[in-house]
Amino acid sequence: MSDDSQQLAQQVRDAFEKKTPLSIQGTQSRSFLRYSEHGNKLSTLEHSGIVAYEPTELVITVRAGTSIASVQDTLAEHKQSLAFDPPRFAQSGTIGGTVASGLSGPSRPWMGAVRDHVLGTRIINGKGDIMSFGGQVMKNVAGYDVSRLMCGAFGTLGVILDVSFKVLPIPESSSTLVFEYDAQNAIDHVNEWSAQTVPLNGACWSAGKLYIRLSGTDAGVKTAINTIGGDVYTDNDLLWDELRDQKNSFFNNAGYWRLSLPPATPVLSIEGEWLLDWGGAQRWLKSSEHPDKIRQMTVERGGHAEHWHGKDKNLLRMPLDSIVHRYHKNLKDAFDPAHILNNHALYSDL
Amino acid sequence: MPISQSSQLYKQLVQQLPAERLLVSSESLAPYECDGLSAYRQLPLMVVLPVDIEEVQYILKVCFSLDVPVVARGAGTSLSGGALPVETGVVLSLAKFNEILSIDGHNRTARVQPGVRNLAISEAAKPYGLYYAPDPSSQIACSIGGNVAENAGGVHCLKYGLTVHNILELKLLTIEGDLLTIGSQALDSPGYDLLALMTGSEGMLGIITEITVKLLPIPDTARVLLAAFDDIEKAGNAVANIIAAGIIPAGLEMMDNPSICAAEDFIHAGYPTDATAILLCELDGTESDVSSQLITVKQVLEHNGATEIRIAEDEAQRLIFWAGRKSAFPAVGRLAPDYYCMDGTIPRKHLGTVLKRINELSLEHGLKVANVFHAGDGNLHPLILYDANNPGELENAEHFGGKILEHCVEVGGSITGEHGVGVEKIDQMCVQFQTQELEQFHAIKHAFDPAGLLNPGKAVPELHRCAELGAMHVHHGQLPHPELERF
Ligand SMILES: Cc1cc2nc3c(=O)[nH]c(=O)nc-3n(C[C@H](O)[C@H](O)[C@H](O)COP(=O)(O)OP(=O)(O)OC[C@H]3O[C@@H](n4cnc5c(N)ncnc54)[C@H](O)[C@@H]3O)c2cc1C
Repeated sequence: MSDDSQQLAQQVRDAFEKKTPLSIQGTQSRSFLRYSEHGNKLSTLEHSGIVAYEPTELVITVRAGTSIASVQDTLAEHKQSLAFDPPRFAQSGTIGGTVASGLSGPSRPWMGAVRDHVLGTRIINGKGDIMSFGGQVMKNVAGYDVSRLMCGAFGTLGVILDVSFKVLPIPESSSTLVFEYDAQNAIDHVNEWSAQTVPLNGACWSAGKLYIRLSGTDAGVKTAINTIGGDVYTDNDLLWDELRDQKNSFFNNAGYWRLSLPPATPVLSIEGEWLLDWGGAQRWLKSSEHPDKIRQMTVERGGHAEHWHGKDKNLLRMPLDSIVHRYHKNLKDAFDPAHILNNHALYSDL
Repeated sequence: MPISQSSQLYKQLVQQLPAERLLVSSESLAPYECDGLSAYRQLPLMVVLPVDIEEVQYILKVCFSLDVPVVARGAGTSLSGGALPVETGVVLSLAKFNEILSIDGHNRTARVQPGVRNLAISEAAKPYGLYYAPDPSSQIACSIGGNVAENAGGVHCLKYGLTVHNILELKLLTIEGDLLTIGSQALDSPGYDLLALMTGSEGMLGIITEITVKLLPIPDTARVLLAAFDDIEKAGNAVANIIAAGIIPAGLEMMDNPSICAAEDFIHAGYPTDATAILLCELDGTESDVSSQLITVKQVLEHNGATEIRIAEDEAQRLIFWAGRKSAFPAVGRLAPDYYCMDGTIPRKHLGTVLKRINELSLEHGLKVANVFHAGDGNLHPLILYDANNPGELENAEHFGGKILEHCVEVGGSITGEHGVGVEKIDQMCVQFQTQELEQFHAIKHAFDPAGLLNPGKAVPELHRCAELGAMHVHHGQLPHPELERF
């Protein structure tokens, strides 16, 4: 529970001078999402603790090494939460890793992603400069939005020190309904409800069943249950937590695809086992189809495909368009001119 | 200084664009000499009005090769001088990019050109039961491209977010004419979050040529409460306690007494003119959500000493309650020949002290001020009243405004919540950011526009400018004297 930022900055400055690469590490709960890992370890774990929390301002500022669980617990004492409900995988996943990987939980389509809740950051760039962007206020358009740029950049642009998040009240009431639907039916229904004021907060389909989570006021949730039918599912929290943390039986370490698609995209004709989350916007697939076919069908539908826990890291992320890639490299140079921060975390050259 | 038709620039552009879409005469340039911050005026070399991406690409390539600055312009409603022309540059108007390309009711998105007006999107989405949530007060006029470039907000952004939360994909041309697709039709895409970087980048990194926005279901119902207070602090506490009660209202707006009186005089909404402050709190969603939250909010307002609470009984009354707030700018505008609209944000708990400081500054500068406040998200709009015809009064108003913004930074806030930095707040950027951060901004700019041709002189100050200001700070203990030329 201490401020380790000066030591971390010194380590980066030393590495900058010697041009020795660094590998930024929290608890490594998301390291399987790195293309590859290089350099001397720079641990953020000592840099932990809550810097400031003001429930009525809806803002919490947290050091990168703080665990997700402890932040959510603190917020829960005030009936608030990080509404993007990030995966924890191992219970000890850190806030820095959450922001760097940009992963969000089952409520993402309705509550927003990590980046939607980030208000400000303090970072160290590749020269060892400590800098602050954004702030602790809801609205701030002074300067480029560097804070959100850190989300999903996998530490390639800077070492995340502190993050300020917008927090939200935990809804008064939350219930899960289950329906016997095939995948297409499930996609159609969820997207129809999403276009109405149904208080959706989760929608996943697996093995012939659609589960939806409704959250809001007691009265609002009751009304929604009466309107849309289905059976009340009692293992409410467990279902969503296991889905979020990939602990249910679908997920194993043998490799599976994550397809990010426009939510109403019809069922894709790819053989395999499917689990649909985010109301159809995030689809998990175990399949022996050729990777090229899976990628191509996803791209044709306006999405992209990632292969998680696979043997071939070249399938992890789809390549960027060559021009977009060039500007990515320009940005990398802008933040990390000596190329010492988490090199190759995103791609072979980024 | 308008350009001659024999210049290289004109000759090259006219090869691909019809002459009627290349404006060069002083009369045709005049409407472009300023944006919503009309105290600043500058004629450009010329204005170009492309109709498709190929034309924009061609214009950019020509300007790049001839080293000519380019200023993008949407509807020209910026309040920070973001679209102010550069004397040696071209204004690239996106006015003819005014088509809604498609609406996808199933995926709840709309693909639009940048010149489409904000409100036109919601109008077009209405048959699908959907709308586009960010609603700047200028929404009848401002363009969605301008909204992206400024990361515009609105009355409803506490609950529904700013522009950055409500867009999915951009097509963008860099100054070198590279066409980038940023974001995607899905909820995420590989690589850096360039969507966030481009949002609010004030036309400094690229020209936005297409936008896919998210659409939301139109709420079944919306109800608004109006509460009067005899004390600003009490109103501020009421805001904090509504939020502590677990409610995120769709809108939560505060007006101080001068704003209340001005609005009442102008629109006759029945506002209580003896109140020190009023709060407008809107709740939306399903009938059952709204009726249960309405009870809670009413209790909170009572506990926090509201002297009067009214609930709009029907849609007509709801619109009247809002009419006063929505017309606050023009209403205050009637109190003096000119007004200057500020845009600071603060942590809400400091509202009382900040308003007190604004009143002190008002006395010091001898200029009246009225305050409207997006209270839910801490975004303060002090409106400074002045008369530009009185020599020195504009400079005095600007000085006053600068002081307010610096105070916002002191209490942990920001110099701009939604209007952008533009030319207006460029000096206050030196107060909000340190040298290293400003250098980082310049490096980002360099990554996309190494020659610095897009909207030069805006948004991010040169370091020597801050150094000079800093030196003066030390010398005189205050910002540079008004008569010093600022730009
Ligand atoms: C009465 C009034 C009320 C207002 N209320 C609000 C409010 O509630 N909330 C709010 O956020 N703002 C408000 N504004 C400010 C203004 O309307 C917004 O900033 C708006 O987003 C500007 O849009 P525009 O199309 O007029 O852009 P312009 O003024 O034309 O341009 C603004 C900036 O965007 C750049 N730009 C424009 N189009 C593009 C493009 N296609 N590609 C790249 N860069 C581009 C320009 O270069 C410039 O830097 C208000 C203004 C007025 C006059």
